Amino acid sequence: MSMMEEKVPGHTGRSEGGNWPWMHIIGFVISILLTLIALRLVLAHAMGPAGLFVTIMVLAVLQILVQLFFFMHILEGGGPRWHLWMLTLGFIFVFTIIAGSIWIMTFGAESY
Amino acid sequence: MSVMQGSLFNHPPSRVGGERVEHADHPDPNLWIFGFWIFLASDLVLFASLFATYAVLHTHIANGPSARQIFDVTGFTAETLFLLTSSFTCGLATWSMRRGQQGWLKAWLVVTLIFGLLFIGFEVDEFATNSMKGYGMSTSAFLSAFYTLVGTHGCHVSLGICWMVAILIQVFRLGITEVTARKVFVVSLYWHFLDVVWVFIFTVVYLTGVMG
Repeated sequence: MSMMEEKVPGHTGRSEGGNWPWMHIIGFVISILLTLIALRLVLAHAMGPAGLFVTIMVLAVLQILVQLFFFMHILEGGGPRWHLWMLTLGFIFVFTIIAGSIWIMTFGAESY
Repeated sequence: MSVMQGSLFNHPPSRVGGERVEHADHPDPNLWIFGFWIFLASDLVLFASLFATYAVLHTHIANGPSARQIFDVTGFTAETLFLLTSSFTCGLATWSMRRGQQGWLKAWLVVTLIFGLLFIGFEVDEFATNSMKGYGMSTSAFLSAFYTLVGTHGCHVSLGICWMVAILIQVFRLGITEVTARKVFVVSLYWHFLDVVWVFIFTVVYLTGVMG
């Protein structure tokens, strides 16, 4: 399949040479576990609201990393990894927009 | 296998004159994929603004219901599991494609589409149930922000389903070629991206909603 590997984008040939897609299976199991843990913590009111919110956000970020590394193959492919810079820029914008909006709207929150 | 014979779009190689000539203006498939990453980053910004709106407005329920009153734990958990599973099977489709297993590629894409449709079905049912109770988009700022954010994601998933069907038809007609392989890879990136966005909707909207 060496010709196939050259034709298919994003492939380096170093991952998952075996007959089972172990990386995908591991990623899937981890993502299901993270989801169920977050759900369980919330339904059981395992901690105070602030602590609980931070915990489930951390679980969500872990889940995103699983998606990016196990499924979206962001570290594969030769050459410069420009898409990682694009992704970083995207997340900076996301953080700025969300945190900035919440912060600015705390001023005069009673008037709208 | 057509890719081995160097033919694209079912033309005999002698008439096309080789892939390099046909793709002379697009020499590197990775450039196409990078272009798609730029789209994903900008789409992320769209969702960021909707998340910001929701974060600011979710306590403004006016005379309408609160998040806790309308969110159904079984429903949104099922939606989440469907989408996570479809993201996994979509990954398996790409994995099969890289191994040249055309049959498995088609099978996993079909499974992905089925889970995607189940997800959309549950979401439509959730929206319809709430609207029937009179909790529509114009009820409160909270519900406006909720329907806009979750609905925009649902539109993305619906578009993704149509797109994936189109790519599946191309794979059936042309097999795994340089062009169809790139297209399958790009649609799978889009699908995983929608899963990423959903994980945040699940956490920020639904879990936080039933929390308090």
